[in-house]
Amino acid sequence: MKQDKLIALALLMVAFSAVSGLALITVFIFKEGLPIIVKTGPGNFFLSSDWDPSSGNFGIFSMIAGSLAVTLCAMVIGTVFGLGLAIVLGEFCPPGLAAILKPVVELLAGIPSVVYGFVGVVTIVPLIRTYLGGPGLSVLASSIVLGIMVLPTVTSISMDALRAVPRTYWQGSIALGATKWQTTHMVMLKAAKSGIAAAIILGMGRAVGETMAVIMVAGNTLEVPHSILDPVRTLTSNIALEMGYASGQHREALFATGVTLFVIIMILNTIALAMARRGAGEGRTR
Amino acid sequence: MRRVSPRTAQRIVVSIMWLLAAATVGTLVFIIAFILVHGVPHITWEFLTQSPVSMGRKGGIFPMIVGTAMVAGLAVIIAAPIGVATAVYLTEYTRESRITAVIRFGADCLAGIPSIIFGLFGFVFFTITLGMGLSVVSGALTLALMVLPTIVRTSEEAIRAVPYAYREVSYGLGSTRWQMVTRVVLQSALPGICTGIVLSLGRSISETAAVMLTAGSALGLPSSLFDSSRTLALHFYILSREGVSMSNAYATASVLIISILVLNVFAYWLMHKLVRKPR
Amino acid sequence: MIDGSIMLRLCLAALLVAIGAGCGNSQSHAVKVVGSTSIQPFAELLAEQYVAKNPTLGVEVQGGGSTAGLQAVANDLADIGMCSRLLKAEEEGQYTPTVIARDGLAIVVNPENSVEALTTEQLQGLFSGKIQNWSEVGGEDGPVRPITREEGSGTRESFVHLVMGKERISRRSLTQESNGAVKELVKGDSAAIGYMSLGLVGPELRMVRIDGVEPTAGNVIAGTYKLARPFLFVTKGTPDVDAQQFFDYVLSDEGQQTLESEGLVRAQ
Repeated sequence: MKQDKLIALALLMVAFSAVSGLALITVFIFKEGLPIIVKTGPGNFFLSSDWDPSSGNFGIFSMIAGSLAVTLCAMVIGTVFGLGLAIVLGEFCPPGLAAILKPVVELLAGIPSVVYGFVGVVTIVPLIRTYLGGPGLSVLASSIVLGIMVLPTVTSISMDALRAVPRTYWQGSIALGATKWQTTHMVMLKAAKSGIAAAIILGMGRAVGETMAVIMVAGNTLEVPHSILDPVRTLTSNIALEMGYASGQHREALFATGVTLFVIIMILNTIALAMARRGAGEGRTR
Repeated sequence: MRRVSPRTAQRIVVSIMWLLAAATVGTLVFIIAFILVHGVPHITWEFLTQSPVSMGRKGGIFPMIVGTAMVAGLAVIIAAPIGVATAVYLTEYTRESRITAVIRFGADCLAGIPSIIFGLFGFVFFTITLGMGLSVVSGALTLALMVLPTIVRTSEEAIRAVPYAYREVSYGLGSTRWQMVTRVVLQSALPGICTGIVLSLGRSISETAAVMLTAGSALGLPSSLFDSSRTLALHFYILSREGVSMSNAYATASVLIISILVLNVFAYWLMHKLVRKPR
Repeated sequence: MIDGSIMLRLCLAALLVAIGAGCGNSQSHAVKVVGSTSIQPFAELLAEQYVAKNPTLGVEVQGGGSTAGLQAVANDLADIGMCSRLLKAEEEGQYTPTVIARDGLAIVVNPENSVEALTTEQLQGLFSGKIQNWSEVGGEDGPVRPITREEGSGTRESFVHLVMGKERISRRSLTQESNGAVKELVKGDSAAIGYMSLGLVGPELRMVRIDGVEPTAGNVIAGTYKLARPFLFVTKGTPDVDAQQFFDYVLSDEGQQTLESEGLVRAQ
């Protein structure tokens, strides 16, 4: 059994590659990004909107605000439509139709983000410019595009959460004379709420991190947006827009933008993981 | 105000839900159809087999197809053995412990990191620190790290779905743990594992931000793994943004979408094979 | 089960073939040309013609921006850097620049916009945010939406150098990452104003006269149209044989004619 132990050890070492990858990413992003945050002062870096790399001003407040605005609006759209679709597919749809629609929705997660961005630019942006005013490139346009992009994540994880609720709950509620909808919103959604919350937060992570589609539809100005028709720049688009050109302090500041994004994502991930675990726990204990 | 009866409430809510669902599916179908309708008429044999002429205005996308196959293929070739080995370790070689919790946490976190962060990391680590330059290898290594969690997760699920009896029979016949894993468990879990690998291949093909910062955007046919190469997704981005040729941009996007479609259908078919397998 | 493993092997085989196809014909030494996205399309065109004439030689053109190109040359990651602006004082000692062409910066507006001429001061005001309404410069009443390029772009730096002086480009201006994206935006938005490479302006946009001078290649040569910048190929010291040969081609009559037919102005 000596051979067995050796294999186990070798596998363990390979298994740590994901963890070491994560560690490497963390170390390198922070190593490149932290010095400039310290040098500029966290107050100036995070709370000033003055981003002018050529004169050495690095303030990312407008981009933090931009990322938040776009993400929150996108999540409203993604949640309403994504959860609605999950409920219809999970509870009200004939199984045959659901079996076709679910893979179709999952396919959408595989479509390149540049395609979403492009379709957004040629369809949604001109519509907003013509009917609502402003430049068209806006919080609204980005939110719609991102909302559609996070929809598959929200739908598929919510469906899994709904499916994990023991079927006896459903049967019990129906047997007590509740309608299907009463059962869905009073029993099923309540029982699956941790899983659904995890779905929304994971979707949020995707929305915050999306890059190419946002560059194309957000307009990338450096002002804090005042309305949903104003253009914005997000943390991700700041990195992708300027990275090719950057050197010295400017590059460090872009990595620092990455650090900020990384921390936001890690917080969201941790919450989502905790929620998902709680959801799984609830399903098992009852 | 009179209370609405539960039945009426159900009718109203459910119709709204159906409307939402229809709008959603409609939007999605619209996006795919929009690209395909504009793009498919421009896809010809020459388009697929020729190099771009005058900055992509004319000519085809052959170097990008090769570049995409190289970058995405290599990424999956690197990530698949590591991912499957991780899954085997987690399921067959250890009990749940602090170590498995750390490994799972690592994989879960990695799964949530946005592609632009992978791009930044790949750029400073592979391209600059390790001196690989903007190249197929840098891009592939970056993507490998990005798809690793997907492969671990799907492989783990596939391995867990293998009935326990298989293992007992294998042990009963006197095989070692390694023989049991390689000859029984992995064989039975293969369709599931392949599903994960195929989906990862799809994700590698459609990635743009990370590839842009690590594999570069050279137009030529890469002659080695250390050459820079432009992938299809990036080529589409550049064509559509520079406004060089809209018909070629649509055609490139259509090729991308069709490849993703084929890969997804293939993955779905594999998954069904797994489900229908006799227990 | 057997099916599955055959499938897997087929997949792997297909991938290996795809990769092998790429590895097959290795070339001696591809000249690496890196830098400005404004010059990139022209360089790609030149590279394409050059390789068509000399099939054994390779040229690899890469974007990234003027500054990135200079750095790539400094770090020996590239043989030739493309730079679409004048070298800064601190850069001049390090590199050997060669002008391969000159390019005008066209100021473009939507065809619906009635403004046909602007002074440099007005242009400065429009981009700095001091002028917020088209009526202040003789147009119809309505907001001005300036469109700029991203930080570090040679086009942006030339524009700042030639027009803005000490003024800063307004934070409210929309930022786009390529000439094409600026073009698309101005095409669709009647309130927009942007700047872009003269060689890339299409018929769907209207160019504005600056200080009374029409933006044409002729006026750039004559020196009357002031918004002009050099396209530079930059090397560190003397380039090696392969790079020099490409260089010679670019500066040859044929290379220059290609650039001219694409709307640029000859180097001389």
